[in-house]
Amino acid sequence: MNQATENEARGAMTAKEATAIIQVRNLHKAFTLHTQGGIKLNVLSSMNLSVASGDCVALTGPSGAGKSTVLRCLYGNYLPQSGEILIRHKGRNVNLVGGEPRDILAVRRETLGYVSQFLRVIPRVSALDLVSEPLRALGVSSNTARDRAAALLTRLRIPERHWSLAPATFSGGEQQRINIARTMVVDYPALLLDEPTASLDAGNRRTVIDLILDARGRGAAIVGIFHDEEVRDAVCNLRHPVKIPELMSPGSEDTMEPGEIQGVAL
Amino acid sequence: MSRPDQLQPSGQTSGAEQPLLRVTGLAKSYDGFSACRNVSFDLWPGEILAVVGESGSGKTTLLKCISAQLANDAGRIEYLMRDGVLRDVQELSEAERRFLMRTDWGFVHQNPREGLRMSVSAGANIAERMIAVGARNFGRIRATATDWMDRVELDPQRVDHQPRTFSGGMQQRLQIARNLVTHPRLMFMDEPTGGLDVSVQARLLDLLRGLVAGMQLSVVLVTHDLAVARLLSHRIMVMQGGEVVETGLTDQVLDDPQHPYSQMLVSSILPA
Repeated sequence: MNQATENEARGAMTAKEATAIIQVRNLHKAFTLHTQGGIKLNVLSSMNLSVASGDCVALTGPSGAGKSTVLRCLYGNYLPQSGEILIRHKGRNVNLVGGEPRDILAVRRETLGYVSQFLRVIPRVSALDLVSEPLRALGVSSNTARDRAAALLTRLRIPERHWSLAPATFSGGEQQRINIARTMVVDYPALLLDEPTASLDAGNRRTVIDLILDARGRGAAIVGIFHDEEVRDAVCNLRHPVKIPELMSPGSEDTMEPGEIQGVAL
Repeated sequence: MSRPDQLQPSGQTSGAEQPLLRVTGLAKSYDGFSACRNVSFDLWPGEILAVVGESGSGKTTLLKCISAQLANDAGRIEYLMRDGVLRDVQELSEAERRFLMRTDWGFVHQNPREGLRMSVSAGANIAERMIAVGARNFGRIRATATDWMDRVELDPQRVDHQPRTFSGGMQQRLQIARNLVTHPRLMFMDEPTGGLDVSVQARLLDLLRGLVAGMQLSVVLVTHDLAVARLLSHRIMVMQGGEVVETGLTDQVLDDPQHPYSQMLVSSILPA
């Protein structure tokens, strides 16, 4: 079943190349750890991927294979060594690899949404303002933005008495739902989802599945990491295996998992 | 890069648009000691650029040069005047430069005492820049001053009090109000949260975030605090020993720093 889906995925990709919203071509990503003796970790090599409107691709592979690294590269958060990441933005392809910061920010503002694993809390900003902010950044009026944010928070079962509070003190599951709402409040044409249901109960998991299916239904191209088989089967129509690359460490034979060096939280 | 389908992205930011500030090959030394050199960057309208690095890396010297407080030894600083022409700041007349510094530019010092007149009232501190651009109606000036006190979360009832009676955080907010009242297009900020308590810092950062986004301000922000840079800036320039060693999108530089010095800076942060 797995193999069949992958084959199907490959066939679909060539046919849909022309209408792809997300295209990855020959992507290479390595980390050089200057503070740890210059160890070099090759995480992605020659990665190719094409995601069309309405497709949801699951990145699969064991922990440490570099799945989150793929998503972070696709968001312009990690800097690849070479290759192209083309995002269809306002009718044109923008290459995020080597792109100008302000162009990457414009793509993020209007085209590309990203649900990270953890909410990065902004001090003093209420849940409702956090969730409506991406809409206001697009020029939507404050009232409309708050209404839409409120509707989504209701759908995600965040009690209304919490809306005016800063989410720093919320539970893990509530923070994750705020994080999901903050992205899903905008109808982005492309979405990156890093374990969006990891700490949710069954009811909220179902809601998030519905939100993802809604996004597909309106034509969003989605790439995600879903460890939960049930969620993956429900939302994805394609799979893309990410393999652990060989460790190339000229200075050392240390067996370091790429997963250990992901994002430094400030 | 030359494929026809990926010319300039993002509709509004292509073509005829010009940077607000363009710095090319800037250098400054003190008695033969090179404080900064070979610094070049463009700052775009609405963009917040954080200049980070340890003390002594040249970031404050850079800020003073580009804000025309210090003469640079080499390089060009060009500013997009309100008439849409990019002009060399050193070639402006004294009157033109003074006009820029009083109206189009703002400067927030780390120590609010450097940016405020401590012996005149809070209201007069805000009014000063308004009067400099021609405001004369007393009632209107006072109304604007109290409105700005409110916007920076200062009690408008204290409009007649001298800033010396304010706390550090309040003085910093007053300094910001004094600068923003003329609706500048470009702000220079030197460690704006530097001397403040953590809780006061968070409040100020949140306030700055809102004001800057609402007014479409461009900002050059000097800070050694990477958390401040992450919260406020779009783009980061990392300086070491007077040179720019890395530049890029803020979250990319902080999450995936490339240069050994940037990696050292990021990895030196103590987890909260």
